[in-house]
Amino acid sequence: MKYRIFSVVLLLLVMVAAAVSCFNNKTNGDGPALPDVVSYNFQIRPILSDKCFKCHGPDGNKREAGLRLDIADSAYAPLKETKGAFAIVPGKPAASELYKRIASADSSFMMPPVDAHLGVLSKYEINLFEKWIAQGARYETHWAFSAPKKTSLPAVKNTSWPKNEIDFFVLNKMEELNLQPNEEADKERLLKRVCFDITGLPPSIEMMDKFMADKSAGAYEKIVDELLQMPQYGEKMAVHWMDVARYSDSYGYQDDNIRTQWPWRDWVIHAFNNNQPYDTFITWQLAGDMLPNASNEQILATGFFRNHKYTEEGGVIPEEYRIEYLLDKTRTFGKGIMGVTIECAQCHDHKYDPFSQKDYYSLLAFFNNTKEMGYEGDVSTSKPAKAPLLKLSDHDVRTALSFINKTDTGSLTISVMGERDTLRKTYVLNRGVYNAPGEEVKPEAIRAVMKFDTTRFKRNREGLASWTVDRNNPLTARVFVNQLWQELFGRGILKTTGDFGMQGELPSHPALLDWLAVDFIEKGWNIKGLMKQLVMSATYRQSAKIPDDKFKKDPDNVYLARGPRQRLPAEFVRDMVLASSGLLVKKIGGPSVKPYQPKGLWESATSGRGALATYRQDHGESLYRRGLYTFIKLTVPPPSMGLFDASNRDQCEVKRLKTNTPLQALMMLNDPTVLEAARVLAQTLLTENTNSDQQIAKAFRLIVCRNANKNELAILQDYYKDQLDQFATKKLDAAGTIKTGEYKMPVNPDTNHMAALMKTIEAIYNLEESITKT
Amino acid sequence: MEKEMLERHLNMNRRRFLSRLSLGVGSVALGSLMIPDLFSRNEEKMLMTGLPHFAPKAKRIIYLFQNGAPSQLDLFDYKPKLQEMFGEDLPDSIRKGQRLTGMTADQKKFPLAGTKFEFGQYGQSRAWVSELMPYTAKAVDDLCFIKSMYTEAINHDPALTFFQTGAQVGNRPSMGSWMSYGLGSENKNLPAFCVLLSKGKGNGQGVYSKLWSNGFLDSVHQGVQFSSGENPVLYLNDPESVTKSDRRAMLDKIASLNQQSYAAFGDPEINAKVQQYELAYRMQTAVPEVTDLSKEPESIIKLYGPECMVPGTFAANCLLARKLSENGVRFVQLYHQGWDAHDNLPGQIKGQCKDADQASAALITDLKQRGLLDETLVIWGGEFGRTNYCQGKLTKENYGRDHHPRCFTIWMAGGGVKPGVYGETDEFGYNIIKDPVHVHDLHATILHLMGINHEELTFKHLGRRYRLTDVEGNVIKGLMA
Repeated sequence: MKYRIFSVVLLLLVMVAAAVSCFNNKTNGDGPALPDVVSYNFQIRPILSDKCFKCHGPDGNKREAGLRLDIADSAYAPLKETKGAFAIVPGKPAASELYKRIASADSSFMMPPVDAHLGVLSKYEINLFEKWIAQGARYETHWAFSAPKKTSLPAVKNTSWPKNEIDFFVLNKMEELNLQPNEEADKERLLKRVCFDITGLPPSIEMMDKFMADKSAGAYEKIVDELLQMPQYGEKMAVHWMDVARYSDSYGYQDDNIRTQWPWRDWVIHAFNNNQPYDTFITWQLAGDMLPNASNEQILATGFFRNHKYTEEGGVIPEEYRIEYLLDKTRTFGKGIMGVTIECAQCHDHKYDPFSQKDYYSLLAFFNNTKEMGYEGDVSTSKPAKAPLLKLSDHDVRTALSFINKTDTGSLTISVMGERDTLRKTYVLNRGVYNAPGEEVKPEAIRAVMKFDTTRFKRNREGLASWTVDRNNPLTARVFVNQLWQELFGRGILKTTGDFGMQGELPSHPALLDWLAVDFIEKGWNIKGLMKQLVMSATYRQSAKIPDDKFKKDPDNVYLARGPRQRLPAEFVRDMVLASSGLLVKKIGGPSVKPYQPKGLWESATSGRGALATYRQDHGESLYRRGLYTFIKLTVPPPSMGLFDASNRDQCEVKRLKTNTPLQALMMLNDPTVLEAARVLAQTLLTENTNSDQQIAKAFRLIVCRNANKNELAILQDYYKDQLDQFATKKLDAAGTIKTGEYKMPVNPDTNHMAALMKTIEAIYNLEESITKT
Repeated sequence: MEKEMLERHLNMNRRRFLSRLSLGVGSVALGSLMIPDLFSRNEEKMLMTGLPHFAPKAKRIIYLFQNGAPSQLDLFDYKPKLQEMFGEDLPDSIRKGQRLTGMTADQKKFPLAGTKFEFGQYGQSRAWVSELMPYTAKAVDDLCFIKSMYTEAINHDPALTFFQTGAQVGNRPSMGSWMSYGLGSENKNLPAFCVLLSKGKGNGQGVYSKLWSNGFLDSVHQGVQFSSGENPVLYLNDPESVTKSDRRAMLDKIASLNQQSYAAFGDPEINAKVQQYELAYRMQTAVPEVTDLSKEPESIIKLYGPECMVPGTFAANCLLARKLSENGVRFVQLYHQGWDAHDNLPGQIKGQCKDADQASAALITDLKQRGLLDETLVIWGGEFGRTNYCQGKLTKENYGRDHHPRCFTIWMAGGGVKPGVYGETDEFGYNIIKDPVHVHDLHATILHLMGINHEELTFKHLGRRYRLTDVEGNVIKGLMA
């Protein structure tokens, strides 16, 4: 592991100085020192996987020369096509064909071959192989496919820094790299960070005052506990899970009509707020309908597997789509819950991971027994949910399911899972094509991850759920812990959140990931507990300042010698604007809403059929709901969300990109949501008995979540005065400026002051820090 | 070295530039606005494979997508045999078990429907064009008709998605996003990938923003929707009460506040944010200049037809496409909806052609007269073809056609394309008998014309190197000059 870190650091240092000259290190043997013991998992396998497995890996159909290098027995065996030669002779690099070929410059002999377009190995990598073979070429099980173990906490020199177990692992690595942790973030910024991370909302003025005034040692923990009890916690947590579950409000294909899965979303919020243990959370979503005496709530949870797209295109071949839906379910289970790219084995054996095509269809078989149809009719007969259905009467909702926010008295239908009475057979589909069945398979979970012991697990979704949350399953806890870590720190301990397989990256702190995963299980899969553990760590509480030397050593903050500083996710940009202006309506759940949106977007892209051909903007309260309630029409997702990298919900997503574009700037400058918020905040502040300087200071505090310093205030006051002057002298149109949004205007407003304050607030909304978790 | 490495290192360098250098250095990659200067720096030459991989024939693409699938049998693929056998059943020996869509799967008979429109041969290539396309007929010597296109999908959504992304399902990057990723933009103030939507009067199929999605690529490569209307790009226009100097004043204040924040925190993202606001400000000037069609001379309006002055029409979008392309936009993607004529095809197609014919031909003429056709690749066509047999009731005057993936016609023009007719279908217009061109082949060829080896433009995502052509695709040499 050590050398990896050094090599990363070295690489980055070289890059700072001379851009990409380090690329040409083919002949440069001055790389970092080789490790004492070369590890298959952490050093050799990543190279094999990237450069060799494509043709010499698990995929039997694409295997060249009958050679596979992912299994020791095969790699040590005599080569089929070169008599008397061996790919690997443990202990003897010079006698190993693999070593000879990767070290060769002869284009007819070298590996990887030129036409594979995989590049060549660096001198350093070649030396690694030489040493690994010399040391006996020992293979190891892939790290993520063996159950995590809790190791003892590593030793650290700076024993006063750690606040909980996490910090020992993080500090230990920092000390190895000669990095020092940052000081603790100032209270204002820390409060903003933890509020957005737990509730997705900025702290209120009262909360800021209270926290600043509380000088006790337990002040921070008190606020964390309070935040975890707020119902907005469930909303915040639901956003990530809605990405995993590809939640949307429309069917997604062609005419893209409306659907009503939102009661499932209300359940997710409820489950998080109730702190339902993760194993139960998963079990219900996978197989709630199959549990003994399944309750409506348990059945509702299985909407998870029905959130994907459904076609209503006239003329489709139903079976083609029924299979497509199974592929989606399998992919979502694989990527979102197991963290593996099992979908790669749909058409052929996986090229990198030990998942055969048969394994893939054996997993798919769990989902193949639902009553779901491939096609229920076109847009003219479209229904808000497709069979199998959960029908909830008004009475059901008002009693057992009161977390569903339903305002009318009608009944609800939701798409959920439901088994057929007779078992449908499942076959391997050749090339992944729906009408090319091959060998029959039985339901079985991915054996390379953990054996599917049929004496313990039923061969149905209930069995799959038990297998998934079995404490020996090596992935489930690791994957979720890593997702939550990513939510807070902006980057998982394993960066490739959706790929724990062989082509994924290696975790930056493997022992920490394992410790957290085991601890999570031991403490009863307690999600709030895990959240608290993360935010209470000294690692999390560090200031996000980036000193020059730290940036040089670790630009991406892999080693966590500073706190996270991330732009807010799309939904929370909206929430920040609404909450700070006082416009936010804190209602939880209910049907999705249609706030302001640029004109003509739905209309220009529609076939003209269905209920969503035109965008009918809502009014009143519905304009001011949190971002997670914005209506998602899959074929034209809300632009304000997409511009800030929200998932388009087309498929399961476990990680969002973080871009920084001019279109985001244009939106913050011109979106009526922001303009209206600025106007409303201005008119509210004008009713307070304060002067303009105080009003500006308060607006800054509400939006940026800290007191502005003198310089900042001076710049804003200057801008305010200039604006006021221009409005007073009619150089700018005050009445036109404040005419924005549907929220009611004050009677006889002081137009000039209101416009000047509004513009100043707009400027504050457009600060980088305003939409950044600091 | 893979392109994704280049991108990654450019990203790192970019961050470093931003953190170390004052404002105004180079520019930053933004909303499919890529930095030409970063890409032409020396670093690139030090990589094993820079882009383009070889000298490109075309620098820019305008794709006139005819959404819904125009009938090749009524426009370009002339089959007198169908008129001779009018009303007779399609022989099984020709159908060869081709799967049917759910719309005609229950149909007992498949009566052949010869076109009711007159065809003529034009230009040096003597290409057949129907009377519905008089303007296109005059331009045939610049066009390469591919009569042997085929696809795998038989329904709109998967077929469109396949054409745009190389896969029928899945969140893959669109062709324009790949171009943006591979080649960047030629104009610092405009996106590399622009999208224009229009609708005909025929039976419509919606379009989906996933068609211009960046998929797993950075979202700077996402297509940016443009229109010739009053608000050409989302959120571009300031409120009416804001003046240009007023906006400038606010941006200056924002910048100085952000600078303070940078001084305290040293996060390069802060400076990047300032750059974005500057670029947004430049776009506010640059975009309306390009999208303003009101200053076009009379001759241009005559060429494209009077509809080109009506925002949102196909004609207006063709003219806008020329202007965007002329200003360095790498990939302009048009979608014109309304070709899905399952019934009443003769009536519907007349209206569609009225919208599409003159403007499409005008675009070719216009590019040519500006000396731009040689370096601009123009592509015209739908997501599949239509059947030679009738869907629903057949009369001499009226018929409908179902989806047909096995053969259809598209045309290409300009940038390195050899004018003429490529490929051939059988006398029933049902199967390809010469030089088939698969969607992957078309993608490989388009990339080739842009100087890109389709096997080398890859992006590693979740452990796999993805490309536009998936794992297939052959460059069709016969299409190139």
